[in-house]
Amino acid sequence: MSAHHAAHKVDIEELKKSVRTYIAVFVTLLVLTGLTVGVAYFNLPIALAVVVALLIAIVKGSLVALFFMHLVHEVKVIYWTLALCVVFFIFLIFVPLATESNQSGIVARSPSLVLGAGEHGHQEGQAGEH
Amino acid sequence: MSAEAIPYTVEPHPDTGVPNPKLGMWLFLASEVMLFGALFSSYILLRVGAEKWPHHTETGLNVPLATINTAVLILSSVTVVMAWYSLKIGDIAKGKLYILATILCAFGFLVIKYFEYSAKFEHYVLFQADGTEVHGHVTDRTSEFITFQPDAHGAAGSPPAAMQLPVADVESGAIKFTNLGPWFSNFYAVYFTLTGLHGLHVVGGIVVFVYLLLTANSWWAKHPEQFTNRIECTGLYWHFVDLVWIFLFPSLYLL
Repeated sequence: MSAHHAAHKVDIEELKKSVRTYIAVFVTLLVLTGLTVGVAYFNLPIALAVVVALLIAIVKGSLVALFFMHLVHEVKVIYWTLALCVVFFIFLIFVPLATESNQSGIVARSPSLVLGAGEHGHQEGQAGEH
Repeated sequence: MSAEAIPYTVEPHPDTGVPNPKLGMWLFLASEVMLFGALFSSYILLRVGAEKWPHHTETGLNVPLATINTAVLILSSVTVVMAWYSLKIGDIAKGKLYILATILCAFGFLVIKYFEYSAKFEHYVLFQADGTEVHGHVTDRTSEFITFQPDAHGAAGSPPAAMQLPVADVESGAIKFTNLGPWFSNFYAVYFTLTGLHGLHVVGGIVVFVYLLLTANSWWAKHPEQFTNRIECTGLYWHFVDLVWIFLFPSLYLL
């Protein structure tokens, strides 16, 4: 009985510590949100802007996953599930990109997809195909 | 049979080391990653293939409102995890309060999103023959004419005169006139699809949290640990909704 109480007490102490972590993560997430908005107005070259914005988003997402979703204390089966998910996600993002690079123009140069591109845009698109 | 017939709702399964609902939720979230991943992939494909894509300063999206929404969603993630913590230490009253706070944050997010969406649907563009665009708002609509009021440019001077656009010409396409809905451009199609699907997830979260709040007392009286686990699993879903927004926000509003 006393051992159970002692274990429960340790558990409560651990939980109380985690509250401080949640608040620290919350403040960090707010600061990083402000940072990502601020950086957007530096007018960086688009490639650099994408890298910076995604890096900040990855840090923010990791904080949410690790501390709010308790991934820091999770078991192996969850890690393996997510690792598999990451592999498929990478395929999902990059395989269509590879396809697009071999068939450039099919998606983007179809002016019918952009309202307001007008007849002029259509003629340009056709000219570009020849 | 009683509800106890469903095994491992509280204690970890000996094979996996986690209770079944938690593993089930993680598997569901993995499938959600694929769902949003497919849409992100489409967005990237459309964007890298486009000859011209609007810079974030040209899209007309409201960055300050979206920034506030980001903060609201992050706050709701904290309230969920605090609800779980309160239940873990046996404080059902505080737990319910934090669940209520989460629901309010979720509603706050949707209300802000409503203002963002309605601003886009009320913003009209008239494409002129010389290729220029006139932006403004519809002030009146009859069966024959649409009264279009172009926006004023700069502080000085009187606003431009309103235009009467024949409804028949607009409907036949002789006059190109539309609002900033998903049909306006690829960018707006992507914007409404991604934020719309995310918004549906927020609505789904609200439904579950409201159910949990309404049944909290009876669950807590019968199965406090199981109720705590339910809040943890719903919290996992909610954090995922927050996580998706963390990537949507810069991708759509800031790049």
